Amino acid sequence: MLTNRRLQLPLFVLICILGMTCLVLSTRAGSTGERANPKLADGLAAWEQVYSVLVSPRCINCHTATDYPQQGDDRHRHFANIIRGREGRGVPALSCIGCHQEVNADSTGVPGGPDWHLAPLSMRWQDTNNRPLSSAAVCRSVTDQSKNENMDGRALLTHHQEAALVLWAWNPGRRPDGSMRNPPPISHEAFVAATRTWVEAGTPCPRAK
Amino acid sequence: MATYQLNVNGQTKKVDADPSTPLLWVLREELKMTGTKYGCGISACGACTVHLNGVATRSCIVPVSLIGNQKITTIEGIGSDPIGRAVQSAWVEKDVVQCGYCQSGQIMSAVALLKATTKPTDTNIEESMGGNLCRCATYVRIREAIKRAAEQLA
Repeated sequence: MLTNRRLQLPLFVLICILGMTCLVLSTRAGSTGERANPKLADGLAAWEQVYSVLVSPRCINCHTATDYPQQGDDRHRHFANIIRGREGRGVPALSCIGCHQEVNADSTGVPGGPDWHLAPLSMRWQDTNNRPLSSAAVCRSVTDQSKNENMDGRALLTHHQEAALVLWAWNPGRRPDGSMRNPPPISHEAFVAATRTWVEAGTPCPRAK
Repeated sequence: MATYQLNVNGQTKKVDADPSTPLLWVLREELKMTGTKYGCGISACGACTVHLNGVATRSCIVPVSLIGNQKITTIEGIGSDPIGRAVQSAWVEKDVVQCGYCQSGQIMSAVALLKATTKPTDTNIEESMGGNLCRCATYVRIREAIKRAAEQLA
């Protein structure tokens, strides 16, 4: 009985120490990562929505890693020997704006928007086999100011809200057969809202797998 | 139908046309300027090439409603441009033409190339002229003529 009482105190102290340790560790774990920053989790979820738009054909067809643009929902190579050219605007007698006017030409099925051109290679969102890059890779690219024409989060939001060729994706006009082109998977309003959430969370990127 | 005032080769031309009418057909059918040719109708062959504000443009797929104030230059007017004149001269000197159907477009593209690149390489020529098809395969003479024109203009 006496022995048991002697043991009770150290056992109690040990339990207290273990309890405190667990408490401290759990608090520290929560101070990093998503649990301590609910915005981070929201931001990462929002980024996935943004990514779903960026890799949709309306966007990624001009964010190629190759010497040519793509077209169509099947993202096939642009017809008629169209090539990127030095500045992503084609070559002198075969420039993007030689067919793509300032607005869609629905009667002939040629899409159009101001200064129609390819995104720079630094903003490629696919590999050289035309496979979309991972969410993490696209995110890293989009947030790298040395690659994205020096856009910070706020500028990226403005770009997604206002850039004419971004807006075109939700007004892509008719195909040559008269049917409507498909827009990205979410509305422009949802895209902007997702971008805002992502930017306000500090433009977090998912970890590369 | 709508009425359009088009600037064609420096002259104002008034045409009545459906807004969806491609520029090619306005030129050929309304203005009777038949130097610009119909080849494929889908911008794949380059036979219909004209310049819009100096940019080589496929007139078969640009509706007249989108032309606005842009300056249209066709094969009928390109000879008044020094580079255009040099290209036409080189075309004659090198006897480029076989059947000739695609050559209006070839010349318009060649002029656009030389306006941007004074001394084009074979690669420049192949890339820029890659959208102009020639069923007679006069490509070798086209390349020679472009280089000859570049020499004349140097």
